[in-house]
Amino acid sequence: MEATPIISFKHVNKIYENGTVGLKDINFDIPRGEFLVVVGLSGAGKSTLLRTINRMHEITSGEIRIEDEPIDQYKGRALRLLRRKIGMIFQNFNLVKRSSVAKNVLSGRVSYYPTWKSILGLFSAVDRQKAVQSLQRVSLAEKFYARADELSGGQQQRVAIARTLMQDPKIILADEPIASLDPLTTKTVMDILKRLNQEDGITVIVNLHSVALAREYADRIVGLRAGEVVYDQQIADVTETDLNRVYQTV
Amino acid sequence: MQTTISKKPLTMTFWHRWRWLLWLVVVAVIYLWAVTGLHFTGLQGSAAAVSRSIVHGLVQPDWSYVYNGSGEDLVSLILQTLAIAFLGTFISALISVPFAFWAARSQHDWRHVRSGSGKVVLTLIRTFPEIVLAIMFIKAVGPGSYAGVLAVSIHSIGMLGKLFSEAIENMDRGADEAVVSAGGNGAQVFVLATLPTILPEFISYTLYRFEIAVRSASILGMVGAGGIGTPMIFAIQTRNWPRVGIILLGIVLMVLLIDSLSEQLRKRLI
Amino acid sequence: MITQIPRRPWTQRWHVKPIAWTILIVVLLVTSSHMTGVDVAMFFTNFGQFTDLLMRMSQPAWDYLPVIIRPLYETIQMAILGTTIGAALAIPFSVLAASNLVHNRWLRGGIRLVLDLVRTLPDLLLAAIFVAIFGIGSTAGVVTLAIFSFGMVSKLFYEVIETIDMGPLEALESAGANQLTIIWYAVLPQILNQFVSYFLYTLEINVRASTVLGYLGAGGIGVFLQRSLNEFNYSQTAVIILATLVVVMVIDGVSNHLRRVLL
Repeated sequence: MEATPIISFKHVNKIYENGTVGLKDINFDIPRGEFLVVVGLSGAGKSTLLRTINRMHEITSGEIRIEDEPIDQYKGRALRLLRRKIGMIFQNFNLVKRSSVAKNVLSGRVSYYPTWKSILGLFSAVDRQKAVQSLQRVSLAEKFYARADELSGGQQQRVAIARTLMQDPKIILADEPIASLDPLTTKTVMDILKRLNQEDGITVIVNLHSVALAREYADRIVGLRAGEVVYDQQIADVTETDLNRVYQTV
Repeated sequence: MQTTISKKPLTMTFWHRWRWLLWLVVVAVIYLWAVTGLHFTGLQGSAAAVSRSIVHGLVQPDWSYVYNGSGEDLVSLILQTLAIAFLGTFISALISVPFAFWAARSQHDWRHVRSGSGKVVLTLIRTFPEIVLAIMFIKAVGPGSYAGVLAVSIHSIGMLGKLFSEAIENMDRGADEAVVSAGGNGAQVFVLATLPTILPEFISYTLYRFEIAVRSASILGMVGAGGIGTPMIFAIQTRNWPRVGIILLGIVLMVLLIDSLSEQLRKRLI
Repeated sequence: MITQIPRRPWTQRWHVKPIAWTILIVVLLVTSSHMTGVDVAMFFTNFGQFTDLLMRMSQPAWDYLPVIIRPLYETIQMAILGTTIGAALAIPFSVLAASNLVHNRWLRGGIRLVLDLVRTLPDLLLAAIFVAIFGIGSTAGVVTLAIFSFGMVSKLFYEVIETIDMGPLEALESAGANQLTIIWYAVLPQILNQFVSYFLYTLEINVRASTVLGYLGAGGIGVFLQRSLNEFNYSQTAVIILATLVVVMVIDGVSNHLRRVLL
């Protein structure tokens, strides 16, 4: 049974203005509900790849389809609707430091509101309840009114995840989410992502440095080197030696 | 294999020493020009006498001037000076925000045409002497504090616009990125991410500018734009040193208080 | 599912702090407007006079330029001398005010108090007083700028001194050097670049200030500024302002360049 993949890359290339190659002939599909981990050295193109999915970066040629719709022509409202169904978490958490956790989480819901309401902070009671529930799912409900910068790194990242949950996303992109965290909080955050993937069926794509971590959580591992896919295996078929080849310069 | 000592290091240190000397000569010439260009008048006998009476006036200030209910006394005018500075800075802070965005470099504005023009405009405003601005406004709204408020507002845009634009250029755009990736539009990004991130810095700069505005406002009166400046210049010209003394005391206290208050507030912002 | 949100203290729930601040600011705005007689309507009715002035200013009297060249030089010279004297005087004071060099709290506090007092006085105020003492002319201007620079530079200097690495000082002290030697060999080399940078920064400000000081008679281009305004000769005023602008921008440019090279 071949279900349509939720994301598909067809001959995607990205070349920067100064000639550097960001992505080179990327071709693969991501089925719905997969927990995909992308590994590779710094500068291999993992961030770029992730950001082409929600059009934070543009591609030079090729086609990306999300839910079997090409996304390159989306503009304005259509683009925002696309981004609405894709949640993103970042290495530096990207919370508004001086705002409360509540405000930060609620800001994930902006695309469902007309501009004037969101600007004035007139979020509905239903959505406030939803914010609390999202925080409960990451076990941080008691910090609802705390200021974002009062929290530790791991807690901030969990708030960021709660924020993406407000979007009711079909896909979550995680760009090196655990790079600034210690091993214990890393496990907490990765566990949450895995749980969301398994309980809600959200397709999760994570960029990681650590191969060991990838093997622990991924359904499938894709390795990038210099913008090209050099490795693509389901977790069952992953071998240590193969994977190490991704990191070698030979 | 022979080891030849290259001539290069020797010539380098030689040139280095010469460079030092060159700079020294240039600076010396500048100073020579500066000193010889000015005529030093005024180091006459009367200077000592005047200084002595000034000190005398400072030590025995005119206490009766502090408050006499006429509305023209020290306390009232100090308050008026503060009002000029407050209003002027407030208005200026509001107007400077759009100027700041005009002058701030952005990733989309390659070649920096827009931001370059904004920066030039701000420099022009900053260099236009506040005194002249005050006099011009006196023509428009008559002598008094109104002109002072307008002069302070417009002149402050130069400094606040520059400080604000630097804050915008250096700000952390992470929060912006997050709201964009969640599907927010421009206004939502601005209000929910950019503004809360940059507001504390803006307020801190505004307070800093307020400290300076208090000093400006006390001088603008000298050309008739209201505040403590008018009685001050009058007292100096009539050689009423005790009055000069008490006014000086008032200004010093006012500035010290405002500076200290502003420092406290700014510390709590960070 | 019971939602366990923490209870906020009532002050937070009713947003007491932001409301209080807003009320305070509104009150201050209203009182200030009242005190200064700000009336938006009046601004627009008299706008005609203002624009008339602007029109006359937009036709600069270029033939006036040669007349003001020498005063412009004088302005720059005043700024250079004033800044130098002020900075030179500031060095010993800022050394005494640095918390890592002077451990006697009373001495340090006293010096800082003096510096704070000097910094409260606006430059034109000092100019007015010094004109009264020294008469009209550039002497008053140089002294004004010297004292003004002294106040500004000393604070900048002692803040820099407080950031230096104490290592070399300890090394010299343990080798038996006296205070002056320590300052010369350990403190100064570390701060020289920053000093020169702050000197140039103050010079920029002083050139700007110096152009106006003459308004009160303290020499330089300001004298001509005052004259042109008194005679309602606004096209001359325009030339003066433009010339001043050019000078300030040149000095700013040179100063910025030097400061970037230094740091």
